[in-house]
Amino acid sequence: MKKFIKMMALTAAAIGMSAGAAVAEPLKVGFLYLTTPGDHGWTYAHELARQEVQAHFGDKVETTFVENVPEGPDAERVVRELARQGNQVIFGTSFGYMDPMLKVSKDFPDVKFEHITGYKRSGNMATGNIRFYEGRYVQGIVAGMMTKTNKIGYIAPFPIPEAYQGLNAFAIGMREANPNAEIMVIWANTWADPVKEADAAKVLVAQGADVMAQHTDTPAMLQTAEKAGIHGFGQASDMKEFAPNAQLFSSVNNWAPYYIEKIEQVLDGSWSTGDGPNHWAGNTWKGMADGYLELTTFENMPANVKAAAEAAAAKVKGGHNIFTGPIKDNKGNVVIKAGDALDDGRLWSDVFFYAEGIQGEMPG
Amino acid sequence: MYEELILTVLMTSVPLVYAAIGELVVERSGVLNLGVEGMMLMGAVAAFGVAMISGSLFLGVLAGALAGMLTASLFGILVLGFATNQVATGLALTIFGTGLSGLVGAPLIGKAIEGLPQISLPVLSDLPVVGKLVFSHDLVAYGSVVVVVTVAYFLKRTRAGLVLRAIGDNHDSAHALGYPVLGVRFAAVLFGGMMAGIGGAYLPLMLTPHWAEGMTAGRGWIALALVVFASWMPWRVLVGALIFGGITIMQLAGQAEGWTIPSQFLSMLPYLATIIVLVLISGNREFALANSPACLGRAFHAGK
Amino acid sequence: MINLVPRKEIPLSLTLTTTAVAVALTLIAGAAIFGVLGYDPLAALYQFFIAPVSRGYQVADLFVKACPLIIIASGLVFSYRANVWNIGAEGQMILGAMFSGYVALYWGGMPAPLLLPAMILAGVLGGLAWAMIPAILKTRFNTNEILVSLMLTYVAVLFIDWTVRGPWRDPMSFGFPLTPMYPDAGMIARVDLPGIGRLAQLHWGVLGALVLSVAAWFILRRTMVGFQVQVMGDAPRAGRFAGFSPALVTVLVLGISGGAAGLAGMVEVSANIGQLQPNISFGYGFTAIIVAFLARLNPLGVIVAGLVVALAEMGGDAAQIAMGIPKVVTGVFKGILLFMLLAGETFNRFHVEFRLPGTAARAAATAATKESGSV
Repeated sequence: MKKFIKMMALTAAAIGMSAGAAVAEPLKVGFLYLTTPGDHGWTYAHELARQEVQAHFGDKVETTFVENVPEGPDAERVVRELARQGNQVIFGTSFGYMDPMLKVSKDFPDVKFEHITGYKRSGNMATGNIRFYEGRYVQGIVAGMMTKTNKIGYIAPFPIPEAYQGLNAFAIGMREANPNAEIMVIWANTWADPVKEADAAKVLVAQGADVMAQHTDTPAMLQTAEKAGIHGFGQASDMKEFAPNAQLFSSVNNWAPYYIEKIEQVLDGSWSTGDGPNHWAGNTWKGMADGYLELTTFENMPANVKAAAEAAAAKVKGGHNIFTGPIKDNKGNVVIKAGDALDDGRLWSDVFFYAEGIQGEMPG
Repeated sequence: MYEELILTVLMTSVPLVYAAIGELVVERSGVLNLGVEGMMLMGAVAAFGVAMISGSLFLGVLAGALAGMLTASLFGILVLGFATNQVATGLALTIFGTGLSGLVGAPLIGKAIEGLPQISLPVLSDLPVVGKLVFSHDLVAYGSVVVVVTVAYFLKRTRAGLVLRAIGDNHDSAHALGYPVLGVRFAAVLFGGMMAGIGGAYLPLMLTPHWAEGMTAGRGWIALALVVFASWMPWRVLVGALIFGGITIMQLAGQAEGWTIPSQFLSMLPYLATIIVLVLISGNREFALANSPACLGRAFHAGK
Repeated sequence: MINLVPRKEIPLSLTLTTTAVAVALTLIAGAAIFGVLGYDPLAALYQFFIAPVSRGYQVADLFVKACPLIIIASGLVFSYRANVWNIGAEGQMILGAMFSGYVALYWGGMPAPLLLPAMILAGVLGGLAWAMIPAILKTRFNTNEILVSLMLTYVAVLFIDWTVRGPWRDPMSFGFPLTPMYPDAGMIARVDLPGIGRLAQLHWGVLGALVLSVAAWFILRRTMVGFQVQVMGDAPRAGRFAGFSPALVTVLVLGISGGAAGLAGMVEVSANIGQLQPNISFGYGFTAIIVAFLARLNPLGVIVAGLVVALAEMGGDAAQIAMGIPKVVTGVFKGILLFMLLAGETFNRFHVEFRLPGTAARAAATAATKESGSV
């Protein structure tokens, strides 16, 4: 009897062990965050997506993240460390990780690198991005219709292509809805500095703005708007709890479909850096039509504005190119000719202008 | 429109006034505490956390003051008890306070509270222009002016203030006269911490009601410059804070107006202004000697 | 009540003991903090101090991270020894990077072997020039160098931001704030030994840092210049009687520390990044101040101190990856370590007596009676 039990036990163990061996090792995926998920903005959206990825793939994938990674040599060290720890896919969620990731990608040819918002690629490093500016177009239309003073406040980050895409898309939408509205821009030269953003917002309010938009990350602007009794748009995540009466809607970054698609490609072997539309637009640049950019519920606005917003959103999802000529800059020069439209490459190289409706001169 | 701008300037200056007036008292007693930034952050995180949990802004302010004081006591024990190097200890305090506040504040990120309520005086608040600018602030803002007045009176007209100044100017003579040098300095350091804590608390309680790591963004260092800018005289702290706050806001307003000076150069102005003022004050020897505490930064050893 | 009686001499064994105790107390405090936060204290300490160097290549990375700290701190030692408080190393580092960047970008066509030396010279000059501002203001106008050097740091950060976004921006970078890449001749090469190959990020600048540290020690301890610096710091009156000029020493030490910081800026960019970006300052200038104090203002000690601090920084990353501990804990650690070491310094320099208030008076009275001899 004893011997029988022993044999059963051994057999069970053998079956158990071989069953364990049959399950593949989970795919390790690493994420680099510039700030902490608690920023409730840029990194928060990435973290939510990562959690969705983990839930979606369950045991097949093991995700790790490192937060507060400064751009520069530290980033290179962290990326290298993630690669050495066996991560097969590494997502870098900030522009400044571009060169560090590129360097490491040369030393680890079997690891797949996905760099977000950048433009350099290699055999095993691809790029990904969201068409943030699509949401701005809708914001512009709503702002143009909601403003009574015809003055819109806009807190911009750094004068980079992405910022101009957003600012100009906003202006284009705004002027479509309201040919008399004007935008006052403040370049905050930061991605997230709540006190500075609050100060900038107060200055804009003081100068008569009654609708505000931001390309920076914290809820400071909306809190100021709430206090002043005016309206604004949230950025990168839903900021309604900070400004229940002020938030018209928020542009929310949804990175999950992008992450999931890329990981699935790695799992089934079809991942490649391909050719992309244009090398600087990267391999993946999708927007509202694919669910990469989502707009939260339209609130605090009358029904006709809501209808216009929904129509605009539908138009964009249907493939409308916002940057279709004729488009003039704020001095009257034609920057996009009639019949012309900016393709992905030119969205990066030819977007340095202030569209009609934006006050002032471009920095630098 | 200018009314709103001035209002913003006034509010932006409040944290600077508190932090600077506190450090002024500390330096007048002869101690240099470079850890203002760390103390402000500790005050900010404590105030926000307590306000969020208790729902009471008053408790939040109190918590901020207490946190600042406790942080300062660390400095006091080391510098006054163990006679450690004041510069290094102050820097360590900044690093420690920044780190600890980030740690404690981690679960607080992403939460919001209501800001401090503005008071409303019956007739005065409704006066045109002046009503809004002068009579409609929150209590903490008014408190800053009260503190400045109190400190000015204390230093100039009370015996205790005289003793403190004497200790700052010549701690050996003061000790010979029987004054408790270390005790007075410790009290000053605690006061400085309390003020820095309240100044820091104002940021997440009023200016932008949520918590973010390192949200003081260098205001502690500006407060240090302010004290020198004010040549260690309380009323000048008020003026200086307004100037600094003004330049910061002016930089933003200038952009919105369409000025073409690069924003970075506008942002540099407060710092350059401080340097210029420093030179002007220190260059005039008699003026400097008359006002700067002669024993600033020097450790005191009894029985020497 | 704490009573401090100066010691006549400080035995090395005492210094080592206090340092060891300080480090031990820091570890205990750190473990307590981890425990309170809900993390396994021992595992966390392991992640912080052992894991980052548990593999060979990581030791190389440690030296790379410590490299700028060692360079800057070697210079700061001179300044602090002379009681001149240069807090602006961060800004001086930036200026050094900018000056050497200018050479790389605009004079990059010069013969290859000359480029790197030219960049090194430019880097030193940049930091030195920036440090001359507080130096001149102090010697001419008696302006406090702490505040001036600090304010200039903010100015420097804004200055490089404007420069990289504006006049020096790479036209091919789509408006992103990056300068063009430095020419290959302007990059400090990674160490590539035959048979061993490359060691992670290890580059020749690390060797330069170690050499610099030794040179700094030699100058400070064995030359007349170094002697002047030490005397003006310890006994300024005696120094003046001996004919040493306080103004000259001030300018000298600010120049040395500024130049070192500038060199560190050049090395960091040239070895690791290869182009200027708006943010190249990662707090090394301030961290180096801690390193200088940790090293007891001894240039050789700077090497060890730099490695220790770099280890704590890397540990923060490791702890985060392995255990999810927030990065900010590193600041808490550094702060506590510094507190403990500063207090330890007191134990080095003084006999520390703890007394109850009353007993002090009685002891003094007894001593006084004894001194005056028997009545």
